[in-house]
Formats: sequence, structure tokens, C-alpha cells
Amino acid sequence: MQTTPAPLLEVDDLRLGFQAGRQQLCAVDGVSFRIARGETFALLGESGCGKSVTAQGILRLLPAAGRVLGGSVRYDGTDLLALPEVAMRAYRGGKIAMIFQEPSTSLNPVLTVGQQIAEVLARHLALRGEAARARSQELLEQVGIADPARRLDEYPFQLSGGMQQRVMIAIALAGEPELLIADEPTTALDVTMQAQILDLLAQLQAERGMAILLITHDLGVVARLAQRIGVMYAGELVEIAGREQFFTQPAHPYTQALFAALPDAGRRGAPLRTIVGQVPALSALPPGCRFAPRCPQAMPVCREENPAWRVEACGAQVRCHWQNEGEAVPAAGESATDDAAPATLAPLLQIRDLAVHFPIRKGILQRVVGQVKAVDGVSLTLAPGRTLALVGESGCGKTTVGKALLQLIRPTAGSVRVNGEEWVGARGKSLRQARRQAQMVFQNPFASLNPRLRVGEIIAEGMQTLGGLGEPATAIAALLQAVGLPADAAGRFPHEFSGGQRQRIAIARALAVQPRLLVCDEPTSALDVSVQAQILNLLKTLQQNLGVAYLFITHNLAVVEYLAHDIAVMYLGRIVECGTAAEVLAAPRHPYTQALLSAVLQPRLEEDGSGVQVLAGEIPSPARPPAGCHFHPRCPKATVECRNSYPVAQPLTATHRVNCHWPG
Amino acid sequence: MNGVQIVFLWSDALIWLLLAAGLGLVLLVRRSPPLRAAWGKVAASRSGMGAATVLLAFVLVGWLDSLHYRPALPAAEGAEIRYAIEVRSLLDALADPLRSRTEKTYSAPLATHAYVKESTEHPGGGVTRAFPPLLHGGAHLAGAYDKHADDVAWRVAVGVLAAVLLWLPIAVWVAARQGGWGKVWRGETATAWHAVLLTLGAILLVLGPVFSLAGGYHVFGTDKVGQDVLYQVLKSVRTALIIGLVTTLVMLPLAVLLGIVAGYFRGWADDLIQYVYTVLNSIPSVLLIAAAVLMLQVLIDGHPEWFATAAERADLRLLALCFILGMTSWTGLCRLLRGETLKLRELEYIQAAQAFGVGSGRIISRHILPNVMHIVIIALVMDFSSLVLAEAVLSYVGIGVDPSMISFGTMINNARMELGREPVVWWSLAAAFAAMFILVLAANLFADAVRDAFDPRTA
Repeated sequence: MQTTPAPLLEVDDLRLGFQAGRQQLCAVDGVSFRIARGETFALLGESGCGKSVTAQGILRLLPAAGRVLGGSVRYDGTDLLALPEVAMRAYRGGKIAMIFQEPSTSLNPVLTVGQQIAEVLARHLALRGEAARARSQELLEQVGIADPARRLDEYPFQLSGGMQQRVMIAIALAGEPELLIADEPTTALDVTMQAQILDLLAQLQAERGMAILLITHDLGVVARLAQRIGVMYAGELVEIAGREQFFTQPAHPYTQALFAALPDAGRRGAPLRTIVGQVPALSALPPGCRFAPRCPQAMPVCREENPAWRVEACGAQVRCHWQNEGEAVPAAGESATDDAAPATLAPLLQIRDLAVHFPIRKGILQRVVGQVKAVDGVSLTLAPGRTLALVGESGCGKTTVGKALLQLIRPTAGSVRVNGEEWVGARGKSLRQARRQAQMVFQNPFASLNPRLRVGEIIAEGMQTLGGLGEPATAIAALLQAVGLPADAAGRFPHEFSGGQRQRIAIARALAVQPRLLVCDEPTSALDVSVQAQILNLLKTLQQNLGVAYLFITHNLAVVEYLAHDIAVMYLGRIVECGTAAEVLAAPRHPYTQALLSAVLQPRLEEDGSGVQVLAGEIPSPARPPAGCHFHPRCPKATVECRNSYPVAQPLTATHRVNCHWPG
Repeated sequence: MNGVQIVFLWSDALIWLLLAAGLGLVLLVRRSPPLRAAWGKVAASRSGMGAATVLLAFVLVGWLDSLHYRPALPAAEGAEIRYAIEVRSLLDALADPLRSRTEKTYSAPLATHAYVKESTEHPGGGVTRAFPPLLHGGAHLAGAYDKHADDVAWRVAVGVLAAVLLWLPIAVWVAARQGGWGKVWRGETATAWHAVLLTLGAILLVLGPVFSLAGGYHVFGTDKVGQDVLYQVLKSVRTALIIGLVTTLVMLPLAVLLGIVAGYFRGWADDLIQYVYTVLNSIPSVLLIAAAVLMLQVLIDGHPEWFATAAERADLRLLALCFILGMTSWTGLCRLLRGETLKLRELEYIQAAQAFGVGSGRIISRHILPNVMHIVIIALVMDFSSLVLAEAVLSYVGIGVDPSMISFGTMINNARMELGREPVVWWSLAAAFAAMFILVLAANLFADAVRDAFDPRTA
């Protein structure tokens, strides 16, 4: 590319693989891209596409089984792959720094923050003692950590997730790198934290003129930061485009499908466009174009020949046989058609003042010294056949509500009525009978299926205990068909299925006892975008066909906009705002809801983070909630009254309620 | 020998039980693909299969030694048949020459003369001191002792030849079944047959000459009372295997049940179980074992009428030792299982089962037990070797098996004074050490292979 005369990093035909027994699996196959100084280049793709391996290959930090099979990585003209290990160490941290996805495991828990920053300073800048300390303090200040002098002597466990990620960034900056590799830097964080960290990265880049290689699966993050984007699929780059072309005219069918699979309010009612199948395994890559088996535009030539690079009129590079004639991005789905049962029916689920407190015990005698009020007086109602989304950041107690409602955790107080039957306090046979009414779908499909049981046995478990749909074998076949799995799946074991298929099995297991309420605890958060769309479509179809009500627990507001009829927003164990989806999404009244909604990054060209209302600080510990309104330390509108008293629920309309002194 | 009375000792019953359990395990593994895959990995490991072959040879010896009988005494025609007081095993019958050809006292391996000089009175008066010829060792030479070296070499050659002749048909058979020599030798078969065949060849190459020599000599020498050391080594194998296996049988139900109950139910059950094993762990185990064994010894000595034969008495003491060892060694596995169960019970598939109202017993047996089995198997195979070593130590201290029962521990115990005399008698100790070393090493190598195959982190 002529537009970048002196690229900082040139990756040319990089090929990386893994040794598996006697086989060599090619994880990254001929990837080439350039990053100019001060530029943000994003590598986008689903899990298993080779994004992280590429980053590890650039730094030569491949795992033990990893091999460099060919190609070159030039940093400022020096071939990194040819350097001896000793010389390479000057580049790692000094010229190229990296931040990782999970801040809690990338910091050493037994060293203080100061020691970990000083390590880098001593290695790359030869700073020691007082000078190093002063510099560390400066760095912490730059990444926006309050009271840096004190934080230097603290250990990682004393910091929250967002602060740990800030410390990671400070460590990365300590060597004064010219290139920062950020591997999913915000994936493990909540939306409000994500907004803070992305802001910080954007600001640091502007100040230092640092180049960033951003690795992510999130189109919203790409929209917020990236200037150029490379889309990876099954170990290959399939499209490289500038920001503008990428968001206005995505050229590759895979990129288009990624955009189409995203749920949002505009697609309500209509099924999401999905990509059939899943990313192929490295050991079974299709011949020809690797996307061909899933591609809606596939032609015979696609299955035989891997396409060469082609430059589009707008400057984007694409690797595709299909010429993309005339057709722009498929328009977002039809207008919202609310097909749900009206809310006026007798409620299926009624939760009143549900509380779950965990005692904190101390000392030899295990005396109770306090309570963690994970759930503190939650009231919800849900009508049959509707979807209620319970929204909140991690640690706000939303999963605990789901489990307490199903009596998987015994509630401390309150009442849960399903179909008029009281569940709290029910035991033995009556509870077992009641369990037929409500079931749960869990977050992680890899942990929610017993690896030692066959799929048929897994699905039959509930029927055996609660009695089910008659003859087990036929019932299992019918259920498998309902969730879109082949009938022979019953005889296989969970490890033979992909994440999305496993989640289907989990849904079939829950449906086996014909529940009227399904508690879905972040059912798509462990899945890729294209698979998430498949699961959301399935849930929607099942609701239409069976009339199941969903309590949908999530932190993903895009999914909420797409799926929910009613929304309840939770903060620190309490509901702060609830109402119908239209009311809460269109006219949020609680400052927390407003901040939460504004922090959602839209995968659009215009997304530059300007609309984000960045919340200061983080969610406090439920063991020591702030006095008065729990939200007041982070609230821009807080007054004395907010510090003194918790606001009562104010009904705004018949369905919309908000707990705020100053709603608006 | 005109009749035998089959004797069924308690430990024999347990051996059969273990064999049945092993068979059951094989059937279970064949039915469950994940287990089959894991054991397939063991089968593909070269060191694992080599070790398994060695272990199998030991098990064969132990099993032969577990078929007990009492031979009928020669009786007059028409009289009631009476049986010997001495209980023998099939191994004794097969190795009868070894058992019956006792010397007067020490003799070195392959010696033709005793190890110590003796005074011989000549009929005509006068006493000479010389090394007397052995009663059995080299007796077939009939005085032609200058041919000793030739005879040994000849017997070794015969043994090697026999080993090769025995090995070849087996190797040919395996190769034919596995699709040709080349495939087997390059290690391309799913099971590491080349390791099995090589180990088998090595075992046969050692055993062939040993048994060929044993026909005319004491291969490992004789001990203080003139008993053949090779025979003692063979007899010790059963004792070691019983200690290793039966103890795990005792400890397993305790460890698995208590560990899972503590981890799954938590609360007071967990507290109670934790207190029990912490207390048990804080008592020096040798002390505890010594106290229990000594008390038991008094009990056994006080009731001679319980036992028809000395073998039954020794057998009971062996089982008691297994029981006591089991009681003191369940804590480690229990602790491991408690931790694993604590982790498992928070997993979502357990919660899904709870949401269906599945009972605790069913959750434990269906969801938790199969998912901790890899830990149990790893712990069992690893504990085996430490238990064999523990028996040796305990018998050395004098609180191990019955003195009349031959074990590695009693052999070492008897040999300890021999190292202090001049010239040193080393073969007893060396033979016991070598046999135990090979057994424990094989068990450890096998345990490594099992751990690699079952450890979820390496999977």
C-alpha cells in the first residue's frame, strides 16, 4: 500500500502451525498486513480464527507446540523471526508491548503493582530505585488510577478488574513501546468498564503516537478504535479495509454475515441472519475458499480454488471470487412486530422482595460479622409467553436471582410464585413437582453438560425424575428435532459437539419436562456472534411455538434490544428501573440505565465514543454497599438526599418504575 | 501325591475378588467411549505398556502362588486320607525343587561349595577345615568341579535358546495380527506392541537362563538356614501384591465415600470428616500401625484354635496389616476427592440436575463419581508402589507380616545382620532389592502413563 510509506510493522506471508502428534496443523496461513506508525489496525474474527496466534507469532511467544512455518515479520526493517532470542527480548516490552484479555491472570498475584512495573523499567530503561518509583507513579497516573502512590504498594487482588487492566496497560507502556498489541483488552470487562478502558487506549494513542494492533471479535470495539481492519477467517485474512469502506461497504460475504448476525432493536421480530455451520477445525479445512461451505454466495469455483487478493474500487482488499455486484449490506430486518402475548395475562412468575444474603464468617468460632447482600429485595413479574430481561453488570446479583428463584440457592426472604404456587420454603415432593414449571439454561455450554453421559441420557434426566413427554426415545428424538440437532446425536457424547450445538442440547434438556418458564443465564455469552444468532433465533422460535416465558439474564444490551419484551435493570442487588422494552430502551429514566445504554458501542462508522457517558469508578462490593442510593458515588446527579436515603420506586407509567430521586 | 484338599485362604478370596473387579472394569471401559479413549492412550504409551508387561509377569507369579492346597499324606490302603499340615500353592508345586533343596547354611549364587568353612572329622582321626560341597548346588557335576564354568555357560545358552524359541512364535503371532512386522516395529500400531514385545523378550532372556540354571544351582544363593533365595523372591511377590492391592481395596470405599460426601454436602459433614482425617494424619502412622499390629498379635496368639494351619494364621495377620494400612492411608485420596467434588458441585451440569429435583444420591453416583474416577485411578496406581515399600519398612521394624510369611520386608530384615559379618553375604539383600525395585519401578512407570492419559490438563 502506497499510503503508508514507512510501515512500523510488516507481516508478510506469515504461516504458523501447531504440532499435534505427527501432524502439523496450520493455524495461520499466509497472513500479510502492515501497520503504520500511530495507526490502529484491528484483527477481527471469531474464536479459533488464528487472531491471537498471529499476535503470539509476532512476539515469538508461541506455545510449546507452536511452530513458525514460514513468512517474515519486519519491525522497522528488522526481521523479528530471524533474531536470536537474546535480541528478541529487547523488542518484547521495549518496542512491542502486549496486553491480554484476562487482567486477573496476567498479573502476578504475589508481587505488588510497583514491583511489576519496576521489572519492565529496569529491563528496558535501566531505571532503578527512586527514579523507577517516580516513573511508575507517573505511569499509573497516565492510565487514570487515583492515588497512584498508594496503589504502587498494593497487590493485584486488592484491585478491581478494571483497575487491573489499567495496571496491565501501565506495565505495557512502561517500556515506551511504539506498538501495542491488545488481545481482546475489554472482553472480560463490563460495558461501563469497557468504555473507560477504550477511552484510555484512544487517549494514550493520541498522546504518544503509538501504533495499536487490536485483536477482537467485537464489531463495536472495532468501530470505537480501529482505523484499518483485517478480517480473519480460519487462519486466513479475507478482507483488509479502511474504516470507512469496512463499515459502509463490507466486501467479503463473511464480513457481511457478521454484521447481519448482530442482534439489535431494529431487527426485533425478524429472525437474525445466521451463518450456517461453524468455523472449520484446523484438521479439516475445506479445499478452495475456506468460507465456501458457509457462504451464501458460494459458486462452484469457490470450492476448488482459494481466491487471490483483489482490490476493490474503494481501496479495500478482498479475497473472494464473488464480485459483490451492486448489492450493498442487506438491510436490517423488518420493522418491529411485537408478537408476544400481552402482559395483561395473569402473571406466570411473581417474585416479591426476594433476598439472598450470604453471611460473612470470621474467627475460630465462625461468628457472623456481616452479610453480603447479593440480592436485596427484588420484585419482578413475568407473564406467560413473554421475555423479561434482567440486565446488569457482573456482580450485581442477577445470576443469584435466577438461581434463588429456582431454589438452587435458598433465598433468605421473600416469595417466589410460579403459576400461583409458592416455591420459597417448599421442600421434598412438592418442590420436585413444582420444578416441572421452570427450568434453567446455563451460561457455559462446556460446563453444563456432564462429559461422561450421552446426549440422550442428559436429555432424559429430567424426564426420569419428573416424568415427561411419554416414551423417552421418541420424546428425545422430538426434542432434538425441535432444537435443530440430528436424531443420531442422542447416542453421542457432548465433547463431539461445538459450543452452539451444546447450548442446543442444554435447551433441549430444559424443555424435556415442558416448563412454562425458562431462566436463561447469559446463554450466548460464551458463543461467537454467528452462533449467538442461531441460538437467539432458536429461542425466539421456541417461544412462538411453545409459549415459553423467558427470564433472560444478560449483560449484553444488544441481545436485550432484540429479544426482550420487558426489562429490569439491576444494580448492586436491587432493581433500579423496570418497564417494557420500549419504555426502558427509548426513554431510560435512571442515570445508571442511561449510562449503561450509552456505553453500548454500535458497530457503525459514526461510533467514536463521543456519545458514551463514562461512569466513574466501579460497582461497589455488596458486602459494604454505599449508604443512601447505592448508585450515588458514581452518579453525575447525586445530591445530599441521594447520600442519605434509598429512593423508593416511582411509578412513571402503569409498567415503568424507577428507583431514583431525580429521574429523568 | 494321590489327592489334594483345596485350601481357600481369605486373601485368595480377595485376589479373586480383585480379578473380578478388574474384569468388571474392562467391561465398563469397553462400554464407555471416554474411558476407552483414555485407556487407549495408556495402551499407546511405550513406557506404560512395557511396565504393564512387567507387572503382568509379577501378577502371574502372585496368582500362581494364590492357588492353595494341602497335599494328602501317604496313607495305608483303605485308611482315611489325611492331609499335610503344610499349605502349599501351585507355585510351590512348580518350583518344588527350589523349595525342597535346602542347604545347611549360606552359599553364594551359583556356588558348588558352601560359603563358610567347616571342620570335617576324618574316620581315621584328624580334623580338616574346608569348604564342604553343597548338597544340591552343583551336585549333578558329581565332583567334576572343574567343569563348573562350562556347565554354567551351557545352561545359560540353553536358557537363552529356550527364551528365543518361546518369544518368536509370540512375536510372529502379534505381527500377523497387527498387520506385519514393519508396522509393529515402527510403532504404528494403536497399542504399543513393540514395547510389549521388547519387554517380553527382555523378561524371557532373564528368566530363561535363570530357570535353566536353577535346575542345578542356587541362582541367587541360599540364606542362613540354607533356603533358596530365588524361591523366597518368588514367594515375596504375592505378599507385595496383596499388600499393594488389598490395602487399596480397604482404603478406596472410605476415601471415595467420605471425600465425596464431605465435598458435596459441606456443612457439618465436611467439618466432621475433615477433623477425622486431620487427626488421623497428625498421628505418626508407624506408631499407629505398630500399636494396632501388636494388639492384634496378642489376640492371634491367644486363640490358636481359630487356625487350622500356620498359613491361615499368617494370612490373617497379612490381611490385618492391609486393613490397618488402609485405615491410615485413605486420608490423602479423601482430601483430593473432597477438593475435586467441591469444584464439581458448582459446575452447571450438577446445578441443572438439582433444578430437575434429582436426588443427592443419584447426583453423586451419576454426575460426580464418574467425573472423579480419573483421580481415583491415578491415586490407586501411585499408592500401590508406596504401599509395597511401606510393607518392607514395617517388616524391617518387626511390625509387618508374620515372620513365617516370606516377604521382601522379612528378607531384608533377615539380611541386615548379614551385611555386618565378614565376608559379607550380599545376595539375599541384593535379590530382594532388585525384585522390589523392578516391581515398584514398573508400577511407577505405569502410574505415569495412566496419569498422562487421565489428567484432564494434558488431554
